[in-house]
Amino acid sequence: MSRIDRRFAAVKAQGRAALVTFVMAGDPDPALSLDILKALAKAGADVIEVGMPFSDPMADGPAVQAAGLRALHAGMTLRGVLKIVAEFRKQDADTPIILMGYYNPIYVYGVDKFLTDAKAAGADGMIVVDLPPEEDEELCLPALKAGLSFIRLATPTTDDARLPSVLANTSGFVYYVSITGVTGSARPDYSRVAIAVKRIKGHTALPVAVGFGVKDAAAAREIAQSADGVVVGSALIDALAGTLDAQGRGGPATVAAVGKLAGELAAGVAAAKERAIP
Amino acid sequence: MNLSSPNSLRQGPDARGHFGIFGGRFVAETLMPLILSLEKAYDEARQDPAYHAELKHLLTHYVGRPSPLYYAERMTERLGGAKIYFKREELNHTGAHKINNVLGQILLALRMGKKRIIAETGAGQHGVATATACARFGLECVVYMGAVDVERQKPNVFRMNLLGAKVIPVQSGARTLKDAMNEALRDWVTNVDDTFYCIGTAAGPHPYPAMVRDFQCVIGDETRKQMMELEGRLPDSLFACIGGGSNAIGLFHPFLDDPSVELYGVEAAGYGLNVPNGHAASLAGGRPGVLHGNRTYLLMDDDGQILEGHSISAGLDYPGIGPEHAWLKENGRVTYLSATDKEALDAFQLCSKLEGIIPALEPAHALAKIVEIAPKKPKHHLMVLGLSGRGDKDIFTVADHLGGM
Repeated sequence: MSRIDRRFAAVKAQGRAALVTFVMAGDPDPALSLDILKALAKAGADVIEVGMPFSDPMADGPAVQAAGLRALHAGMTLRGVLKIVAEFRKQDADTPIILMGYYNPIYVYGVDKFLTDAKAAGADGMIVVDLPPEEDEELCLPALKAGLSFIRLATPTTDDARLPSVLANTSGFVYYVSITGVTGSARPDYSRVAIAVKRIKGHTALPVAVGFGVKDAAAAREIAQSADGVVVGSALIDALAGTLDAQGRGGPATVAAVGKLAGELAAGVAAAKERAIP
Repeated sequence: MNLSSPNSLRQGPDARGHFGIFGGRFVAETLMPLILSLEKAYDEARQDPAYHAELKHLLTHYVGRPSPLYYAERMTERLGGAKIYFKREELNHTGAHKINNVLGQILLALRMGKKRIIAETGAGQHGVATATACARFGLECVVYMGAVDVERQKPNVFRMNLLGAKVIPVQSGARTLKDAMNEALRDWVTNVDDTFYCIGTAAGPHPYPAMVRDFQCVIGDETRKQMMELEGRLPDSLFACIGGGSNAIGLFHPFLDDPSVELYGVEAAGYGLNVPNGHAASLAGGRPGVLHGNRTYLLMDDDGQILEGHSISAGLDYPGIGPEHAWLKENGRVTYLSATDKEALDAFQLCSKLEGIIPALEPAHALAKIVEIAPKKPKHHLMVLGLSGRGDKDIFTVADHLGGM
């Protein structure tokens, strides 16, 4: 059983959904970024997605784009991302870490080397936005072979005919994208999300986490009624960005702001009593 | 399209959109079903004689095809070697080859019932062509253009506005063509039901590289026929500039299986290939990577972050190249060269003065290599320049570089 599986099982045993948080590695700088990961775990994040910054994040909205640029300006590289994960893992043996980003930096780093180094750093899985099932041979199949989870996005455009191929090589959990759009955009329609989650669960035994457009504790609570996990990214990044000075530098207040919102989100998720799913 | 022998170089891509290791479909899941439905619609359209007939009619009566294959007599005399012809795509409606592809895609969008067209543009030529076709067919048109390019290509921005298109200046990233493409993809992922993404070059996820190439093959098909009529034989060499590479692949593709025809693609060497991030020559100065839906040669740093590149020509200023070119480089069928800003400027002036034709800065890069190579060829060598666009849009840029004219 993987760290991700164990964590989702433990959360389920508590009768609640998991809080999955996303922040960009190296934002606003490598040292604060590590502190933020620790603060997220402390505040109640059950799973942490760590962004691997890329110059051309075409599925992301303004908040995540800006976070990636700040990280790159602060000198972040894929090697640097793995270093932050390794540091985090030294102090936290249980919180699953999912690397999230785009394929090109991984391709250039070298797929085999990336998988070896990610595993050694203590990462548990990855989400690579621009690798649909049609390109599974690139990274998905080698990742599974290396013992890392490959978490796939399912979207409102993924119909029943296509779902089986999307789910075929997915492990860990399924990430349902609640809207058609980029990260951090419109608020999802909760009733449609609930229907979509049910549809996906009809095809898989994996937990289904829902993200895109979840901005606050109230929204997290709504999503947690039907999903096994709630993913929040842009809202945390907005909280982070709000503490930066004119030069883009952060400080202790940055870590505190992210931790505070994560705590509220965790409370929101825990407050979802009327869970529609067993 | 692919009627040639089993060893033909014209059979790509495979069913998954691969030219060798290049191409593919590297897109977010939200877009994958859209790309599959586009592929299906295109497969159906290209087997439909009515679709071809309508496109042919538009190309003839709206665009003004066939474009002439013109003997550049004074250029030939001056260079003293090969006999030089210009394939005059700059005489097309809207002044460049871009319209060939746009009309093909817009007719497809109409078949698919899409009412909203989005496009990216760098120099603005593809944006103008798309705005033109949308005006002609009464479709909503949104063009994404890097804020930097909006500044340096104002006349084209005005043209697009005049044609009823909405031009959105892109402020993200480096604010040039690649960022415009990112923003168009973000639009598409948001507006999945009613929107058709009209990509301007032979790049992006499958089926775009093959589809755009097919629409641009009219350039090479006509050249072949016209040269047979004029000279009774095939040309000996073809030259075309390469940004994404759509005019080049359109000129080259019908000749890929004719080994006697030398093919030369010319990238933008900007300030020089040895200047870090100072050129836009993806093949000469980049390496394989994945961006904008396909694997191809890209300009990037050691961490896989995409670089901007530089060229005096906004139309060549893209850090990637169509995947079929990447494959044709690796198998050696096409020779890829590069020309600097300065070489292109010199060729731009030479062409204007000797032939009375002001070329766009993009094909001026290809002409620069003709200036270099034509003198070394015998007089019976038939050499063709793909003159992909006219230079009106570039006169202010050129004036800046020449210190005012």
